[in-house]
Amino acid sequence: MAKTVTARAALDRGGLSDEQLVAMLWNMLLQRQLDNRGFQLNRQGKIPFALGSEGHEALQAGAALSFVRGSDILVPYYRDLGLVLGVGITPLDLLTNMFAREADLSGGRQFPNHYTARDRGVLSISSIVGAHCTHAAGVAYALTYHGEGGRVVLCSTGEGATSQGEWHESINFAAIHKLPIVFLVENNGWAISTPQSEQMAVVDVADKASGYGLPGMICDGTDPIATYRTMKVAMDRARSGGGPTLVEAKCYRLLAHSTDDDDRTYRDRDELAKQRADDPVPKFERVLLEAGIIDDAGLAAMKADVLKQANDATDAAEGLPYPSVDDMTTHVYAGAAYEPWLE
Amino acid sequence: MVPERALENRAQANGLIASSDGGPHEVGGAQPGAERLSNLEAVRMALHEAMVADERVLIVGEDVGKRGNVFLITTGFLEEFGPKRVVDMPLAEASIVGIAVGMAMQGLRPIAEIQFADFIYPAFNQIVGEAAKTRYRSNGDYSCPMVIRTPYGGGVHGALSHSVSIEALFYHVPGLKIVAPSTPRDIKGLLTAAIEDPDPVLFLEHKKTYRLIKGEVPEGHFTIPIGKADVKKSGTQATVVSYGYNLHQALEAAAQLETEGISVEVIDLRSIRPMDKTAILTSVRKTRKLLIVHEDNKFGGIGAEISAMVAEEALFDLDAPIHRLCGPDVPAMGYARPLEDAFMISTERMRAEMQKLVQF
Repeated sequence: MAKTVTARAALDRGGLSDEQLVAMLWNMLLQRQLDNRGFQLNRQGKIPFALGSEGHEALQAGAALSFVRGSDILVPYYRDLGLVLGVGITPLDLLTNMFAREADLSGGRQFPNHYTARDRGVLSISSIVGAHCTHAAGVAYALTYHGEGGRVVLCSTGEGATSQGEWHESINFAAIHKLPIVFLVENNGWAISTPQSEQMAVVDVADKASGYGLPGMICDGTDPIATYRTMKVAMDRARSGGGPTLVEAKCYRLLAHSTDDDDRTYRDRDELAKQRADDPVPKFERVLLEAGIIDDAGLAAMKADVLKQANDATDAAEGLPYPSVDDMTTHVYAGAAYEPWLE
Repeated sequence: MVPERALENRAQANGLIASSDGGPHEVGGAQPGAERLSNLEAVRMALHEAMVADERVLIVGEDVGKRGNVFLITTGFLEEFGPKRVVDMPLAEASIVGIAVGMAMQGLRPIAEIQFADFIYPAFNQIVGEAAKTRYRSNGDYSCPMVIRTPYGGGVHGALSHSVSIEALFYHVPGLKIVAPSTPRDIKGLLTAAIEDPDPVLFLEHKKTYRLIKGEVPEGHFTIPIGKADVKKSGTQATVVSYGYNLHQALEAAAQLETEGISVEVIDLRSIRPMDKTAILTSVRKTRKLLIVHEDNKFGGIGAEISAMVAEEALFDLDAPIHRLCGPDVPAMGYARPLEDAFMISTERMRAEMQKLVQF
């Protein structure tokens, strides 16, 4: 007992309650389970494609806690499983998306991990990296258009997207207008097969902020508490009218880019093994165990719970129908018309 | 001297002095409650009325604020509506459109201005890959009600990068609407309709007509439906489909032929996507001959789609092969006057083609 108390005092918890810390771990475990599920279903031939966030769990669980549901807007990219779970997208939403069912939020139109949920403040995104950053800046502009404050846009990308002109244009515009937005760069070191060293000449993406007149912050993206603490500062600054921040969360992509990628063709196995040893999920399990915030039985129960969530969502989604081809021509424009020739 | 300023001065000059095709054209008769405006002033009037009517409407673009746009369309807007609604954007076209997409997704009604259509290429993905697909890819969860305005077309000594026609690059794209009106009344009615439209509209303004074309414009709110063509001159012996500056030349050529007893019908396409099938087929079935005139390159141009549609729907109603009179298939129009003149289609050539078609 005495050991637990000592450890509790030692944990720098970033102002988070036990419940919040446990919620972050639960989010991370659920991410890992759903990522596994996507790859399993693909290997079983049940879904055409899956894309995982392994290695990003900690930073996404931490960043999601800085997001105010019902108020803030998330403009994610396609490797943001934990962020979208953290703002209210459900495992069933994700599985219906993987199975491309009619009940999917995009009606079975979008690729996996291309989210849309207006009711939960999640913008619709495409696969063109960086393009959504301009939308995020436009949303941030709209949030203060009538003079109101307090709402923030959280826009995330990988480090590869920071090579895109539109990413630079977006942070420039946001800085000029002091927009309420945080640009979160999830730097996992790889853009498919291209390592960071061939993506940019700087070591820290955060350095790019200085050229545009906004603060750049770096955090350990394998530590959810550290990420939360950094994101909280940035989101609070945006919320109080202090303008945008660029946050770089350093992590590592533990999976291949997607189920269609084979990272053995370009990535050193020893490097991967070394990073695997630093896997953020078991690392945070140990942190909470050692701090006495959870115990072994509690952790086992959480793991059983996320497995059940994944299983239930898989079973439910798999049993749902595909979209009707009759709906293929809906939502081209408002109303029923879609043909280019007007009669 | 910066090219934009040079062009602007020349564009002004083009409207004030007689062109090679004659002086400023008058379109439409005098009506009560109507003002006589140029095409440029009609754009201004539509923008102004929309800004007054709907606080969600805002203008984003290069030099739209203090400068009042390089053609002076938005002069005074910054003072009247403030910098939040008249936004001088950084010089980056992709984000001018992309940021407007975000504004539209969040409930505003942005009007994004691309200073010259030639500069729209950096924004291609934002228009084609993002704005046009927002509603579809989100299954109706999000929409993108925005207008992208841009001056296009040549004949103003704009050379390679201030003269281009871009409509064919975009009319292939479902989810996008494209409008290219040519008279002051149509510009006001269609720009108002575009601003009020729930989907993204690419609004093309032929810059040579900005000050050259004048006509009556009703005051107050009215719209012209997107997708409806207009028979600008009725006739019986051939149908000419055109838009932009060419439309006015076609009307002049048709008027000249009328004095010689040749009757040509001139259809102003006005909307490029959607396009008015009924108007084209009705006219072609009556005249049995079709000439399509556009300044944009011929290969894969708007005329190709119209030709294919008419061939599919009305081949056996035709008494002559469909003919297209279009810009040459070279990358751009040259700066030197002879090169520009050779690219642009003269009224004389139009008249000759019409005559030939009628006599076929």
